Amino acid sequence: MSDEEETQPTDEQKIEIAKWFLLNAPAGEIQYIAKDMKAVLQDETLYITAAAEAFPLYNKSHMICLDFPDRSGEVMVTPFSEIGENEYLDPRTAQVAIVDHVNQVCRRARPANDEELPTPYIEEYRYALDIEVTKYVSEAYPKGICSVHCVNGKDVEEPGMDFELVVVISAARLSPQNFCNGSWRSIWNVEFKDEAQLVEVRGTLQVGAHYFEEGNVQLDAKHECKDSTMFTVILEMLYLSPEDSAHSVTTIIRHHETEYLNSLQTSYSKLPDATFKDLRRKLPVTRTLFPWHNTSQFSLRKDIQKNLGLEKKK
Amino acid sequence: MEAAMGLMRRIPPKHSEAALSALLSLLPHHSADLLSQVDQPLQVLCDVDSGKEFILCEYNRDADSYRSPWSNKYHPPLDDGLYPSQELRKLEMEANDVFTVYCDQYYEGGTSSVYIWENEDEGFIGCFLIKKDGSRTADGRRGYLEEGSWEAIHVIEVVPLDEATARYCLTSSVMLSLTTNDESSGAFSLSGSIRRQMNMDLPVDEGHLCNMGRMVEEMESKLRYSLDQVYFGKTKEMICTLRPPSELVQTSLPEQINKRRS
Repeated sequence: MSDEEETQPTDEQKIEIAKWFLLNAPAGEIQYIAKDMKAVLQDETLYITAAAEAFPLYNKSHMICLDFPDRSGEVMVTPFSEIGENEYLDPRTAQVAIVDHVNQVCRRARPANDEELPTPYIEEYRYALDIEVTKYVSEAYPKGICSVHCVNGKDVEEPGMDFELVVVISAARLSPQNFCNGSWRSIWNVEFKDEAQLVEVRGTLQVGAHYFEEGNVQLDAKHECKDSTMFTVILEMLYLSPEDSAHSVTTIIRHHETEYLNSLQTSYSKLPDATFKDLRRKLPVTRTLFPWHNTSQFSLRKDIQKNLGLEKKK
Repeated sequence: MEAAMGLMRRIPPKHSEAALSALLSLLPHHSADLLSQVDQPLQVLCDVDSGKEFILCEYNRDADSYRSPWSNKYHPPLDDGLYPSQELRKLEMEANDVFTVYCDQYYEGGTSSVYIWENEDEGFIGCFLIKKDGSRTADGRRGYLEEGSWEAIHVIEVVPLDEATARYCLTSSVMLSLTTNDESSGAFSLSGSIRRQMNMDLPVDEGHLCNMGRMVEEMESKLRYSLDQVYFGKTKEMICTLRPPSELVQTSLPEQINKRRS
């Protein structure tokens, strides 16, 4: 075939391929993919370039959680906590972690300086929400982690201006010895709109699972609650203290996440008898196995089938 | 090569075509191994004589042309292509007719093809292929699926043992993907691929087609069950481990918020 005479891919193309494989790794599997990719590429330099570009994107997208070197706490690597190249803020301990993406560790930590932190006014809201969300996550997720950041308006000092907080929740279950890994990620944007005296809540939920014992099966489910009126909930902020608004927001999050889990379960329960049927039935309509031995009846059946087929398709 | 197979096991199945192409470009000297061990999505062509579709695979390919099981012609035409013997071609034609009915019964649509060709001694190899597009815009009868596809490749090696019996070695792989999408639950996508083998020694009094057909049917049912209950079941279990459903869930929003919603 003429393809064999094609030239080898260029270095740039090889890097793109390696990046693609790394970025598409299921939760918790990037290091395994990294190892295999190195073997396939057989070129350390190219791999290092690809890894340097792919790992940060992967880590932020999967919202990995890293311990501080002195075990004083943990930091979540997300687009919302990123304050500089390889620097991620943990608002709880007011520390900034310097992260080695490719090895997925926190190399060192430094205290955050004032410009990097929100104002005391904002911090009141952030802190209250953090407390409520942490409580919720510890109840709902056996191994969940969460974090709250201010993504807009962190310098607001008093009522009268808008600001926005983001809640990130991440839970991963890695069981490579059982050939099964899974992850749950939710991102909730909480916008405090002063003029309208409203708090608007929008969420994105993403769930994945991978089972690969003698096979390769993956679930990829995503739900965005952006413009749908069901998920945009308006709260009157008038007279609500940071604690009260935190409580209400968390209740909304809890409600919607639970509902989403229920709808996932419903989708699964419809699989065997409904959804899957559109691909392949368990048995023919006759409810018996196919009569392979009765070849003679087939010429007759074929005509009937053809007629039936024509009728059915219309 | 082992590393390449490792990558294929982890990449989301819906990306397996892209992944395989990438690996073929990086490891051209392993292309024969990769192509035989990794399943690619099935392509179809239309037979010029009958207008019927037939599935393309390595087993009906010669150079860059593919042989149709309906007309026995190569598409595009080939001067000196390989053809099965007259006897095997007869079996192949019968197999295609019967398999079409089987396909219709189980798949309510879809395309099927069977290719048979000589093996060493008196044996032969049969390849049964099915391609079903279950999305609601195609053959999805009930309209559940935004996107859905089932592709099966069954390769049976038949070796006569004596006058009355033959050994059948079946290697099957199924690739499937399904996506549902609705307002309340968003996009839900499951995809997977599995391979299994089955060997049986059977009497040939009812004919090879009967034996092969039954094996394929049994294997497909097992694979369907396995995918549904075991594989999809495991992913569901994983989700429930991540976030266990709670019975004490508050299913309605508190009053204060409800009042505000119009």
